[in-house]
Amino acid sequence: MFEKIWARHVVAEGPGGHVLLYIDRHLLHEGTTAAFGRLARRGRRVRRPDLSFATADHYLLTSPGPPTSDAETRGMVEALGRHTADQRILYFGVGDPRRGIVHIIGPEQGLTVPGITLVCGDSHTATHGAFGALAFGIGSSEVEHVLATQTLWQKKPLTMRISVEGRLGPGVNAKDVILAIIAKIGAGGGVRHAIEYAGSTIRGMSMDERMTVCNMSIEAGARAGMIAPDETTFAYIEGRPLAPSGQAWQTALAEWKALPSDPGAVFDREAQLAASEIAPTVTWGTSPQDALPISARVPDPAAVADPGRRESMARALAYMGLEPGTPLSDVTVNRVFIGSCTNSRLDDLRAAARIAKGRRAVVPAWIVPGSGLIKRAAEAEGLDRVFMDAGFEWREAGCSMCVGMNGETAAAGERVASTSNRNFEGRQGKGARTHLMSPAMAAAAAVTGKLTDVRTLGT
Amino acid sequence: MEPFTRVTAVAVPIDLPNIDTDRVIPARFLRKDRSVPEYSSFLFHDVRFTADGAERPDFILNQAPYRGARIVVAAENFGCGSSREAAVWALAANGFRSVIAPSLGDIFHQNCFKNGVLPVILPAEAAAGLRRQLHDRPGATLTVDLETQAVTAPDGAQHRFEVDAFRKEMLLTGRDEIGLTLGFETKIVEFEARHAREMAWAVPPRAST
Repeated sequence: MFEKIWARHVVAEGPGGHVLLYIDRHLLHEGTTAAFGRLARRGRRVRRPDLSFATADHYLLTSPGPPTSDAETRGMVEALGRHTADQRILYFGVGDPRRGIVHIIGPEQGLTVPGITLVCGDSHTATHGAFGALAFGIGSSEVEHVLATQTLWQKKPLTMRISVEGRLGPGVNAKDVILAIIAKIGAGGGVRHAIEYAGSTIRGMSMDERMTVCNMSIEAGARAGMIAPDETTFAYIEGRPLAPSGQAWQTALAEWKALPSDPGAVFDREAQLAASEIAPTVTWGTSPQDALPISARVPDPAAVADPGRRESMARALAYMGLEPGTPLSDVTVNRVFIGSCTNSRLDDLRAAARIAKGRRAVVPAWIVPGSGLIKRAAEAEGLDRVFMDAGFEWREAGCSMCVGMNGETAAAGERVASTSNRNFEGRQGKGARTHLMSPAMAAAAAVTGKLTDVRTLGT
Repeated sequence: MEPFTRVTAVAVPIDLPNIDTDRVIPARFLRKDRSVPEYSSFLFHDVRFTADGAERPDFILNQAPYRGARIVVAAENFGCGSSREAAVWALAANGFRSVIAPSLGDIFHQNCFKNGVLPVILPAEAAAGLRRQLHDRPGATLTVDLETQAVTAPDGAQHRFEVDAFRKEMLLTGRDEIGLTLGFETKIVEFEARHAREMAWAVPPRAST
């Protein structure tokens, strides 16, 4: 599948195996505004505004009231509005109900489809690979390059297939699968690779779940992660506002059905997991690879032979304020964050609401939907009432406490049960301690005040 | 972009694996323009300075022999995580010209090339050997030579490294990559015409704004 998409997008061959790769979609957010400025200063225009789409997500507040709290971030958001208007780029801006996290709204609007190349100045762009697109995150210079030329110089990555087979147990979902994968291959396991996720477990997932899996490819080191398109994919896309329609839909569908890897396709690396061995999972350290079943205990660095690994574990435990041997389910939390491009879609909110219903949050718990449309859809189902009745805070769409760029951060020393993608030191605020987990597990932590096996609450 | 040919400079060892770009530059500084005078202080900010802005003496860049370092010798997967190019900008603002490691985060790796910073991949043992020498002889210098594709260690040993021919040429000349690509305009136009025929469905319908 990767090879088929790559081959169709080569504009020219360069030296040393580099090719000039054509880009079908370029997604933009207010954090990439600087690239517009550099482009303008050099007197260059956006080559294909019709293939560029923008939204504001990283810096907007998710509280009710004004969308920004200071002149700096207001300036960034306003600049994006000006640049996109000037270059005639479709912008889902402040006040537009379609606004949301860039990786949520691409699929939601039907912009993300199989067989295309898609880039964005954000490392979680692999999310779109869930549709069988070649999607990867790029830096600010590359953003400028795509704006000016609609291409990128790229060297072909190696390929890796990760197969997950079997049925997931109760209380186990896509987040647990990807955390288990990262724990298995390591935070650097996918470096220089494009991953294809395959197997019956992946096949059985909804698009929302597949996006959760692909989203965290970068946490395993891979710039791109993809899943072959199938009927689930096509059913999700059909009828979305910016998806192909009419004759174009029929043509596209025929091509998409031919995209999956051939049965004899060879990958540079392979890895396998059994669904039955995956439990509800939480992280204990400061790398997404530091993930264990909730039934486990905080690991002991002294038991590790490799000195580098031992030191980084000890440092992670010191930062996290955890003692080796402590049962993970004894760890108390101060806050809960349910949101981010990993876990803020309708399926995620439903899973959290099933746990919250009829219970009461005992710590501050935020629900941040991925887009204005998801917020509306959840409200139409009454999920907002479920959360508010349970004492959760129901907020506006945005990246929020996943990255904290908008100032929504946890305090130093606070322990957060979070559905986001990174537990790095300082990620959710200077000194904040992050435990990654699924939406159901985060909701369980909210109602018990500690890391909790969601299966003990009845799923 | 400043070309890269050969750099001989003090090198600083960073031993922990998986140093993410959030640690290289925390998210709250990403709104800052690169031209602000304090930009260089954002590098490793939260591990380099205390809450009141004082230097943490235990952080290696604050130790006298390593202050002038212009080369980082790191462990596995340095620069993983966020795509923020500011991680490279903050290194460059402190004078760093090269990052040597057994592996680098893919996006960070690409971002280095765009900013005149040479990423060098060496086998894990060679990189660990360099870090050991830099600890044993604080302030020792390394030479990173792009033309001959070799790192010269403090003990005189040479380590060859691979670099893509395309990236090597761009770094040696300091050429503007967008300018280069704009020279491919004819090819891009030809491709777009063919692509519009063969994958017409790939252009989204124009939506109302």
